[in-house]
Amino acid sequence: MTYFIQLLISGLVVGSIYALSALGFVLIYKSSRVLNIAHGQIIASGAFIAYALTVYAGVPLIISFFLSMVITFFLSMAVERVFLRRLIGEPIISVIMVTIGLMSIIDGIIYLTPFGSTNMSFPKFFPPEPLNILGATVSWTQVVGVVLTAIIIAALSWFFKNSTLGISMRAVSDDQLASMSIGISVPKVFGLAWALAGLTAAAAGGIIGNITGLNFDTLHAFGIIVFPVVILGGLDSIGGAVVAGVIMGLIQQFAAGYLDGNWGLQGTAEVLPYIILLILLLFKPHGLFGTHEIERV
Amino acid sequence: MRRRHTLSQTQIRRRNMSNIGQDSAARLLEVNNIEVVYNDIVQVLRGVSIGVTEGKIVSLLGTNGAGKTTTLRAISGLLKPENGHIREGYIKFDGNDITNVLGTKVVTLGAVMVPEGRRVFKHLTIEENIRAGSTTRKDGSKKIKADFDAMYQLFPRLTEIGNKMAGYCSGGEQQMIAIARAMMAAPKMLMLDEPSLGLAPLLVKEIFENIKHINKEMGTTILVVEQNAKIALAISDYAYIMESGKIVLEGHSKELQNNPDVKEFYMGITKGGNRKSFKEVKSYKRRKRWM
Repeated sequence: MTYFIQLLISGLVVGSIYALSALGFVLIYKSSRVLNIAHGQIIASGAFIAYALTVYAGVPLIISFFLSMVITFFLSMAVERVFLRRLIGEPIISVIMVTIGLMSIIDGIIYLTPFGSTNMSFPKFFPPEPLNILGATVSWTQVVGVVLTAIIIAALSWFFKNSTLGISMRAVSDDQLASMSIGISVPKVFGLAWALAGLTAAAAGGIIGNITGLNFDTLHAFGIIVFPVVILGGLDSIGGAVVAGVIMGLIQQFAAGYLDGNWGLQGTAEVLPYIILLILLLFKPHGLFGTHEIERV
Repeated sequence: MRRRHTLSQTQIRRRNMSNIGQDSAARLLEVNNIEVVYNDIVQVLRGVSIGVTEGKIVSLLGTNGAGKTTTLRAISGLLKPENGHIREGYIKFDGNDITNVLGTKVVTLGAVMVPEGRRVFKHLTIEENIRAGSTTRKDGSKKIKADFDAMYQLFPRLTEIGNKMAGYCSGGEQQMIAIARAMMAAPKMLMLDEPSLGLAPLLVKEIFENIKHINKEMGTTILVVEQNAKIALAISDYAYIMESGKIVLEGHSKELQNNPDVKEFYMGITKGGNRKSFKEVKSYKRRKRWM
C-alpha cells in the first residue's frame, strides 16, 4: 500500500509538471494555431535563466524563480514579435518550419554555454528531511513545486474566465474576424499568448530544475513529452492539458513501478504514453477535451 | 434639412459626384469615391460615395454581390484579412481619415460593425460574448458595467435563456448577442451587415425594432446594409442602392419607398401585378446604366 501511495504521489508530482509544461504549448496553439516545436527549449531557457540568476548573480532562489518567469515572458514576446508576427496568414507548414528553426537555434545557443554539457543543481533551499504522507516520502521541493503549479494554473484559469483581456484572447481563438470587428488586436493577442507561454514554461523549467537538477537532456525530454500530453488533452483545451498531464504522469510512474522488471519488461514508462495515445485517438480524435465545432441544425 | 441640389422629379438622381443629398455639416461618416480591389486585381467597388449624418439611420441596399459588405469592410478596416485595399478615394469618420487604417483604430474612434452572419463567439458564453465587446474601452469599469446591464434591458430575451454557450443559441438570439457585443464598444456609429439574414419574419421585425430603439433612445447613428429593402426603408431616414460596385440610387427613404423602380426591383411589387423576367430586368438596368 505504501508503495502504491509512493507511486501515486510521484505520479502527481511529475504529472503536475507535465501539465505546466503543456500549458504554454496549448496557449500558443489555441490562440494562433501555431505548433511551437521549440517549447522544450523555452522551458530549458527558463530553467537556465533561473539558475544563472541564483548562482552567478546571487539572487535568492524564490526571487530568481519569479524573475526568470518575467524575463522569459518578455523573451517569448520578443520571439513572437520578431519571427512569427510576419508569418501571420502564411501556410501553417512555413510557421512550423520556423519553430523548428527556433528549436535548433536555441539548442545551439545553449550548447555554447556551460549548461549544454554539464549537470548542475540548484542550491538546496528547502529543509532536506522529507515529508511523510501516509508512509510515503515526499521532498519539500516536490510539495512546493506542486503547490506552485496549482497556483499558476488556477491564476491562469481565473484570468481566462474573468478578465476582459482573457476573454478577448479566447474570443480570438474562436473567431478572428469577429474579434477584429469589435477592435481586438489579433497580433497583440498572439504576442500575449507567447508571453504567457514563456512565463509558464519558465515556471515549469524552474520547478523541474529544482526537483531533478539541471540537465539539458532531461529538460529536452519534457519538451517532447508535451506532445502526447496536449494531444491526449485535446490540443486547444487548457483544462485538458492539465488533466492529461496528470494522467500521463500517473501512467508513467505506475508503469515504471509495476511493469518494469516483471515479465521481462523494461522502459515501459517511456513507451506507454504513446501506446495509450494511439489507442485513445482511435476513439476520440479530438482528444479528451478538445473543441468540437458547434453545428446547429 | 438643407438641400444642396435640386432633386429630379422622382426626387432621386443617379449619382457620380461626391456631394450627397444630406446635410453635410453634421456628417459623421463620409465615404468619398472609393475603389476597392482584392488581391490587387479584382475590383469590387468602382467609386462609391456615401454619407451618414449624425443621429440618423442610413441604409445601404442592393442585391447579392453588389459590394455592400465590401463597403462596410472598407469602413471598418477589415479588408486586409481578405487581401483587399482601398485604391482610390478616402473615408473620413468623425473628422479622422480612416482610409486603409486597421480595424482596431476604427473601433476606438467609434465605428463598430456587426459582421454578416452574426459571427458570435460560439464557445464563449453569452455574458463573455457581450463582455468581449468592451475590450477597447478605457472609461472605467463602472460605466462598462452600466452598459453591460443596459444590454440585458435592451434584449430581455438574453436574460430569459440563461448564460449558455452562444453557439447553442438560436439565430435571433445570436443576432441580439452580436448587436449587444458591438454596442459594448460604445460606438458613435453602429454598422450592421444584413441583420435579417436567415431570420424568421417576426424576428426580423423585432431586430429592426431594437435597431430603431438603439438609434432613438441611445443616440447611436446607424448604417445598415440589407437585402430586405422593405423593412430597411421603413426604419431608415436615408438610403443608398448599390448595383455592381456603384451607388445607382439614393434618396430619403420615404421617397425611395414610392419609387417605381425600387418597388419593382427591391421590394417585388410591380404595377400590373405580374413579374418581369430576369432578362428584362437586366436589360432595363443596363439601359439605365446601373450595370
